Amino acid sequence: MTASKSDPVRTQALSARLWDAVREGDEYAAADVVLSAVDAGLDAESALLDVIAPAQAKAGTEWAANRISVTQEHTATAINDRVIAALAHHGPDETRRPRRGRVTVACVEGEWHALPARLLAETLRLRGRWVDFLGAHVPVPNLIDHLHRTRPDTLALSSSIPIRLPAAHAAIIASQAAGVPVMAGGAAFGPGGRYADRLGADAWAPDARTAAVRLEEILARPYVPPPAHEPLNDLPHLADQEYTLVTRTTHRLATAVLAALPERLPAMAGYNDRQRRHTAEDLVYVTEFLGAALYLDDAGLFTRFITWTAGILAARGVPAHSLAPALDLLAEQLTDFPRAVALLRDGHTALQAVSAAGW
Amino acid sequence: MDVTGVPSKDRPGQERAAGALWQAAPCPVVVADAGGRVLELNEAAARLFPRAEPGASLGAMMPGWLAEAHRTAAASGAEGEPVWGRVGERSFDALPTRTPDGDTAWWLVEDTDRRQAEIALSRERGRTALLADESYAMLSALTVDRCLEVTARLAAEHLADAVVILPAASRQRLPAVFALRGGTVHRRTVPDDSAEVPGLTEALQGFPPTSSRWIDPGGLPSWAVPEEFDGPVGAVVVTPLPGHGIPEGALILLRRGDESGFSRNDEVFARLFAARAGAALSAARAYAERTEVMTILTREMLPPQLHRVHRVDIAGGYRASVRSELIGGDFYDVHPGEDEGAESLVILGDVCGKGLEAAVTTFKIRNMLRALLPVAGDHYRLLSLLNAALLTTESTRFATLVLASAVRDGDRVRLRLTSAGHPPPLIVRSGGVVEEAPTRGSLIGAMTDVHATTVRVDLGPGETCVLYTDGITEARGGPLGDVMFGEERLKDALSECGGMPAEAVVERVQMLAAEWAGNRDHDDMAVVAISGPHTGSPTAAVRRANDEEIRR
Repeated sequence: MTASKSDPVRTQALSARLWDAVREGDEYAAADVVLSAVDAGLDAESALLDVIAPAQAKAGTEWAANRISVTQEHTATAINDRVIAALAHHGPDETRRPRRGRVTVACVEGEWHALPARLLAETLRLRGRWVDFLGAHVPVPNLIDHLHRTRPDTLALSSSIPIRLPAAHAAIIASQAAGVPVMAGGAAFGPGGRYADRLGADAWAPDARTAAVRLEEILARPYVPPPAHEPLNDLPHLADQEYTLVTRTTHRLATAVLAALPERLPAMAGYNDRQRRHTAEDLVYVTEFLGAALYLDDAGLFTRFITWTAGILAARGVPAHSLAPALDLLAEQLTDFPRAVALLRDGHTALQAVSAAGW
Repeated sequence: MDVTGVPSKDRPGQERAAGALWQAAPCPVVVADAGGRVLELNEAAARLFPRAEPGASLGAMMPGWLAEAHRTAAASGAEGEPVWGRVGERSFDALPTRTPDGDTAWWLVEDTDRRQAEIALSRERGRTALLADESYAMLSALTVDRCLEVTARLAAEHLADAVVILPAASRQRLPAVFALRGGTVHRRTVPDDSAEVPGLTEALQGFPPTSSRWIDPGGLPSWAVPEEFDGPVGAVVVTPLPGHGIPEGALILLRRGDESGFSRNDEVFARLFAARAGAALSAARAYAERTEVMTILTREMLPPQLHRVHRVDIAGGYRASVRSELIGGDFYDVHPGEDEGAESLVILGDVCGKGLEAAVTTFKIRNMLRALLPVAGDHYRLLSLLNAALLTTESTRFATLVLASAVRDGDRVRLRLTSAGHPPPLIVRSGGVVEEAPTRGSLIGAMTDVHATTVRVDLGPGETCVLYTDGITEARGGPLGDVMFGEERLKDALSECGGMPAEAVVERVQMLAAEWAGNRDHDDMAVVAISGPHTGSPTAAVRRANDEEIRR
C-alpha cells in the first residue's frame, strides 16, 4: 500500500459531502463520494479514517445535539457500514495476499456500536493483517470459544460505553488466560485509556492508526500471559460488595426511585407512557453507570456521565437539574454503601456545575 | 541469654565467675578482646574450631564473617550486632554480649536444621505454586499447541535450563517444541529417531521414566538440544507425558554442564509436573477434536450473510441464546430467484426446542425446503409437502415458519407472505405506520392437515417487511425487571424505522430486544428485513463495487 499523505483539507471536504449523503439516507451518493475519491487516488486507509470515521462521529454528535433522530443515526451507521463494505471490495483483489499476524476484532458484550471496530478491522486488513471481525455485542463465552478455535495473535476489544467495562474485564482476563494478549480501544476505556490499564489490557490505542502501531509492537515480542488472577486481584475494592449489590438490584433500585420521583419532580405527573418509559430507562442507565464507577472505583467515570447526560437532556429541552432528585433518591436507597453515596454526591456536584453554566 | 547481669561474687572459687557459665554453655562461646585476640573459648567452641586456642587472633582461627563482625563491634565500642554465617556445613546465629571486663563474648547458636527446613519449605512452596500456576495455565489452554507452549515455558522457567517436548510418535508428525529459560518457545521438526536419546523411545510409549543417572549427556544427538543452548549439557531427564490412556509425548529437561544435576527429588517433581501436563494435553486434544466436529457441522447450519438479491434489500440477524451453542432452533434462508423477474424465497422459522437436537431438525427442514423450491410458487403446496415429509421422520419436533416470496417490480417490491403458525410479518410503511400482514396458518410437523392463507403486500421505496421469531417478543427484562418485550413494543420501535435500510432495521430490533433482556439470557432471536430500496440510480463506481461483491 502506498502511504500517500492525504490532504486534510480535501478529506474534510469529502467527509462533509459524505455526511450530507448519509444524513439524507442516500446510500448511492454516499458510496459515490468515497469510491470516486479512491478512484481519483485517495488512499483507502485515509478514506476509512479521514472521510468515513469523521462522518460517523458527526452522526453521534448530531444525535447528541438532538439535530437528528436515533433512527437517522442508525440509518447513517448502516450506510457508512455499506460504504465500508463497498470500499473493501473496491480495488485490487487482495484475498490471496500473504498476511502476517492474526487479529480478532470484537465489540464487548452489550456494545452495539460496531462501526469503530469495523474501521479498525478494515485498517488492519489494509495493512496486511489477517483479521477476524466478530462485530457488535459478542458474549464473552462466544468470544473465548472463538479465541480457542482460531488462536489469534491479538484480540482487539472495542467498547464505547463504560458500563460494559466489567464485561470487558472478564473478556480481558479470559483472553489472556487463553494466551492471547488484548488491545483495548474505544471511549469506554476512559481519557488516555486509563481504564484499559486498570483492567490489565496489554495495550490501548486511541485510534486505528495507533492501534496498528501497538499491534506491531505486540507481534514483535513473545507474549507471556500474566499469572492467574481474577477481577478482585486487579480491583481489590470490589471486596466491599458495593458493585455487586448495586448491580444485582438495579431494577429494584430503579423501581423504588421511579415510585418516589413524582413527589420530587412534579412535572412527572404530566408524563405520557413513552416519557415514563424513557425516565425508567434513564434511571436504569444512571444506576448502571453508578455500578461501573463502583467497579473501577472512579468518580470521574460517573461525573463525566452525569455531565454528558445533562447535555443530552438540555438539548431536548429538559433542564439538567431535573436529574438531581433521581440522584438524591438513589443515595437515600443506598445509605449503607459509602462509596456509592460519595459517587452520587460527586454526581450532584457535577450537575450543579453544569446548571450554573446555564444548561 | 544475658548473663552479664549475674554478679560474679555469687560464683565463689572462680576467678571469672561468668567464665564458668561460658564453659558450661551448651553452645559454642568465644571471648575476644577489643584487639581481636581470643581470650577464652568453651568446650563446645573448641569442638567447633579445633585449631583455635586462647591468645590467637580471631581472624586467623574463625570464619571471616565473625572476625569482621567483631572488628565492627570493637571499632564502634558498642556491644555489636547479631550476625549469621556458616561454619563448614553448619550455620550459626552469633550473638555478642559485653563482659564486665569490656571484652566481647560471641554466643554461637546453631540454626542449621531450621535453615534447612526453611529452605526445604520454601522450595516446596515454590513447587506448589508452580503446580497451581501450571494447573491454571493448562486448564485455560484448550488447544494442543497452546498446551505444549505452556508446558515448555513453565518447565524452562522452573525445572531446567532448556526443555524439549516431543509429541507422541503415534500422532501425525508434529514438530518438537523447544524452550530456553528466559527465551522464546519455538517449534522445529526433528528426525524420527528417538532411539538416539536413552529412555526416549520408552517415554514416548508410556513406559516408566529412566533415571537421569543412566543418561550420558554427552551422547545426546544435536537435534535434541535447542540451537541457542550454550555450553555442554550437564544433565538430562527424560520423562513421559502420560495422557488419558495413551502417552501424549515426552518431556526432555536439560541442565548446563557447570550446574548441579537433577536430584532424586527434582526427578520426582518433574514427573509430577509432566503428569499434569500430559493430562491437560489429552483434554485439550479431546476438546480440539470435538470443536472441529462442531465447527464443521455448524458451518452448514449458520444463517447466511444477506445483502441484496435481485434489487431487493434483504438483511438478517441471528442471536443464539447464550446458554446454547452458536446454533439453535431459529433459522432463516434466502433462495434467490433465477433472474430479476423471478421471485426470491425468504424463509424464517423456529423449530421447537433448544440445543443440538433442535439444530439438527432445523438443518433437515432447511434442506427439505431447498428441495421443495420448485413448488415455491404455491406456498400452501410447499408447506403441505414439508409437513408430510416432517411427519415421516422420527423426530417429534415441529416448527413454525414464515415464507416470503419477493420480486422487484419497477420501484416497488411485490411480496407474497404466508405464516405457518408463526407471528405474522410486520410491514413498516414509509410514514412510520406499522401493519400486521393478515396471514395465518397451522404449524408444521404436528398434524396431517395443513392450512394457511397467503397474502400479497407491496413495499414502496424505504418500506420494510419484518419477519421475526418469538425470541424477540418474548425477551423478558426491561428497565423495571421481569416484563416481556412484547409485540406492542416491537411495533412501537418499528414505527420509528420508516425509511431505514434493511440492515439498520434488523440491528435496531436486535439491539432493543437484547438491551431489553439485559443481563438475563434470552431465547434464540432471528430477524429478517425485506426492504424496497430507495430509488435513485447507483453510480458506475457503486454498481461495479456491488457486482464485485456478488462475484466474491
